[in-house]
Amino acid sequence: MLHTKSVAEMARDLKARKVSSEELTRAFLERIQRFNPRLNAFITVLKEQALQEARSADLEIAAGRGGPLTGVPMVHKDIFCTQGVKTSCGSKMLDNFVAPYDATVVERMKRAGMILLGKANMDEFAMGSSNETSFYGPVKNPWDETRVPGGSSGGSAALVAARLAPAATATDTGGSIRQPAALTGTTGIKPTYGRVSRYGIVAFASSLDQAGIITYTAEDAAMILRVMAGYDERDSTSVDCPVPDYVAELGRSMQGLRIGVPKEFFDKGLDPKVAEAVRAAIKVYEKLGAVVKDVSLPNFMLSVPTYYVVAPAECSSNLARFDGVRYGYRCKDPVDLTDLYMRSRGEGFGAEVKRRIMTGTYVLSAGYYDAYYLKAQKTRSLIRQDFIEAFKSVDLILGPTTPTPAFKLGEKTDDPVTMYLNDIYANGVNLAGLPGISIPAGFVDGLPVGLQLIGNYFDESRLLAASHQYQKETDWHTRLPKGYEA
Amino acid sequence: MEWETVIGLEVHTQLLTKSKLFSGASTEFGALPNSQACLVDLAYPGVLPVMNREAARMAVKFGLAVSATVAPHSVFARKNYFYPDLPKGYQISQYELPVVAKGHLDIELEDGTVKRIGITRAHLEEDAGKSLHEGFGNQTAVDLNRAGTPLLEIVSEPDMRSAKEAVTYLKKLHSLVTYLEICDGNMQEGSFRCDANVSVRRKGEAKFGTRAELKNINSFRFVEKAINYEVARQIELIEGGGKVVQETRLYDSDKDETRSMRAKEEANDYRYFPDPDLLPLDISPELIAEVKATLPELPDAKKQRFMSEYGIPAYDAGLLTAGRDLADFYEAVVKESKVEGKLAANWVMGDFSAALNKDDKSIAASPVSATLLAGMLKRIHDNTISGKIAKEVFEAMWAGEGDADAIIDKKGLKQITDTGAIEKVIDEVMAANPGQLAEYRSGKDKLFAFFVGQVMKATKGKGNPAQVNELLLKKLKN
Amino acid sequence: MSLTPDDVKSIARLARLAIAEQDIPAYAKNLSSILEFVAQLDQADTAQVQPMAHPLVGVPQRLREDQVTEKVDRDRYQANAPQAEAGLYLVPKVVE
Repeated sequence: MLHTKSVAEMARDLKARKVSSEELTRAFLERIQRFNPRLNAFITVLKEQALQEARSADLEIAAGRGGPLTGVPMVHKDIFCTQGVKTSCGSKMLDNFVAPYDATVVERMKRAGMILLGKANMDEFAMGSSNETSFYGPVKNPWDETRVPGGSSGGSAALVAARLAPAATATDTGGSIRQPAALTGTTGIKPTYGRVSRYGIVAFASSLDQAGIITYTAEDAAMILRVMAGYDERDSTSVDCPVPDYVAELGRSMQGLRIGVPKEFFDKGLDPKVAEAVRAAIKVYEKLGAVVKDVSLPNFMLSVPTYYVVAPAECSSNLARFDGVRYGYRCKDPVDLTDLYMRSRGEGFGAEVKRRIMTGTYVLSAGYYDAYYLKAQKTRSLIRQDFIEAFKSVDLILGPTTPTPAFKLGEKTDDPVTMYLNDIYANGVNLAGLPGISIPAGFVDGLPVGLQLIGNYFDESRLLAASHQYQKETDWHTRLPKGYEA
Repeated sequence: MEWETVIGLEVHTQLLTKSKLFSGASTEFGALPNSQACLVDLAYPGVLPVMNREAARMAVKFGLAVSATVAPHSVFARKNYFYPDLPKGYQISQYELPVVAKGHLDIELEDGTVKRIGITRAHLEEDAGKSLHEGFGNQTAVDLNRAGTPLLEIVSEPDMRSAKEAVTYLKKLHSLVTYLEICDGNMQEGSFRCDANVSVRRKGEAKFGTRAELKNINSFRFVEKAINYEVARQIELIEGGGKVVQETRLYDSDKDETRSMRAKEEANDYRYFPDPDLLPLDISPELIAEVKATLPELPDAKKQRFMSEYGIPAYDAGLLTAGRDLADFYEAVVKESKVEGKLAANWVMGDFSAALNKDDKSIAASPVSATLLAGMLKRIHDNTISGKIAKEVFEAMWAGEGDADAIIDKKGLKQITDTGAIEKVIDEVMAANPGQLAEYRSGKDKLFAFFVGQVMKATKGKGNPAQVNELLLKKLKN
Repeated sequence: MSLTPDDVKSIARLARLAIAEQDIPAYAKNLSSILEFVAQLDQADTAQVQPMAHPLVGVPQRLREDQVTEKVDRDRYQANAPQAEAGLYLVPKVVE
């Protein structure tokens, strides 16, 4: 069936003319129409535009032009600016916003000939771990529609899990790619900070944000990351170093690979059944010849509090541009300038966003800067140092992606801190700027569980290879949620 | 009760880069509203800043010119506040680690002594847009063309003790930045903005008084007036038992007074933090050396050199080197004409500058080039024309009638230096004025001027004055 | 760190966020709980540690050539403006 094919398979079939891009696109558009009302994974569906792009792609392929990804359909998280297309960030603030330019990532994937099916739902301004804060309503997890798909890239993860598209871009600031990938049984990679351009991605926390991709397989992620990654002179934080051929390196042997498992990860917060799935994964790697040992990340417990000082601080400043003056939501009949700002922002932003802006404003304010922000910059150093130390004796770090499988909608919305702790294994990776991937590693009570691999700086090749080899030994990543098979 | 004034100046200079500090939009003045505000300047979602190399070089240039430490490593920080001409809701500036640290500028006081004014720091930051409050009913209109233009904010130590010192410092700074070609110094257009921090204290007191910050001063004259007004206001306030409030005050040039700016609801907490979209600015020793090699001769050095090389007094040298354009012009005139420095100085400072001012022209737009003026000076020097006649020649050159030789020829302005010819005219004048001749010979010396006048009239001003005087004296005495 | 309703109001004001009066207690509660949570950082010994603003440690800012590279399409950019006239953005009048 078309919709169960991986990107790699689709690409082969397209090249061999076994299938056309238009057929693929139609198939996915049809599935979107059928299933999206249940999942609410899309904010915008681009039917006509997608079909037109597909037809162009077919012409390219027929003419012998086009590359490995020409004609393959995909979706962008609604945080990527797409020229001429609504870009809402899941917020009322940008409900009426049509981006006048393409993000660098969007440009690259367009040039690679990929077909844009639509924009994925997300937690408002990427702030959330359950996709329950979106102005457009929550996204449901196709594995159990009473449960969350994770967030903030919940829409991207849910639609890939339900096979409404074979790939969806996403962003990860504190776990927002890896956590939803884990909760939906998909593969999600967050590259090294600076690997992928942030230009055109609506900024949440500038020193933490990274764009990545959610797919069925690591091989697909490798194919797409190759296109997304690379130096961009429009992004001062983009690193100028060559992009390896991730696909060619997928076949690396795992023999002798040194894998570290942080003992701090296996604490009382971790669901024992999830722990079991992770241990089973360790066995698979050992079978493949890897050497697994304990490592320590002594300051691991500081990750979430550090993150929740740094990220809100940066976002409080990044979101100051949303003021009802040049674009976006403006309140009705403002009586003066202050009223314009207060009500446009008060009405345009949801509660979680307001909470984070206020937290950030507070930790940067006079009298509190040293105790909070400066302190957090120092604990961030400690966390980074821990990883650098660990990587002196191992090549990869392995652990659970999340402490539990998907929780119920509404279960954690009362207390923000409870919600924040979902990202306990993920935050530290962003703080250090390292690459991380989540791959499906089993099921607990019918719900997917994710395995997280963390790599050294710019070592995505090894991450993807290790994930690919694991996916050759296991079939978790091929399972479909009930009701979505056909 | 003796009072002492303490003044510190903060000057924002708009740097002469082609593009903005963090975007590739043009910085040209006077374009249609918002036609030079690109997506980065408009703070669209998703855009990012990339730093302009030339702005960094200009900051280094300034640092070197004021003998300051150029920081090898400086950091950009966000200054957060809400205002319609600040699209991001924060200004990218520098806070704890500016690109230029401690330096100084020496100024010459009225009594001739030299005073060293400390420069605390200079840092790079982006300019905001413009808010237009008039002409849109009960709305304010925002033009973001200027948003993102690079500024170098130069902060002085509170070392000045009078409005006059402040103006002297400001003029020196103005001259320096225009010399360095990093700023065009146009105060009316806002490319050189001065804010003054003014406080008073009783003479002998060690602590500084509370200061007020004066804004909206756009000429040297207003700087002096504003400071003087503010000092008087503060003294009167304190002597009357009141306390000076730390606040921002606007200078109103029409009323010649300072006014408290509408009370800001709460003191601005700018919540400075390092900008995570930018990495630290590294200035290498190589870059510093490269910039150092491009430093032009600075005003002080040029002044000294003019005095020694061209033999002109300090006052003239000072005036001629205040602006680089004028200094270059003067130098070109002297080199080409090879006349005495003082002669050239008189003409450049005098008639030439007066004509420029009258027609409101810059040197670049002057109808009389250095070559033209040099040509005329040569003719004064070789006695072809007198200084007086030269004024006529100059006017004609200014009107575009050609070079000095052409004009002298056409108008027949050549000076009469032939002794015989002059003597002949003198004889005629003496014969035509027997009465005055008699009076002069009987002791009325004042009439000498009358005879000079008559001879000049008869020669249509072309008699060489020195010769006329000499010959007339001889003949009258006989 | 426990925030009072007045604290919430002044932070909201600084951040230009209108919060309905009836929602203030909930915000106070949630923000207090977040601040209490992050106060854990106090326990960390950071005396010998340098603050880290950025994962790209030791990487300097790239400098771009001073060239005009942007062509401004004002009308397209202003198509998103809530209120614009004669090329200018309009806001309620500001009195200085």
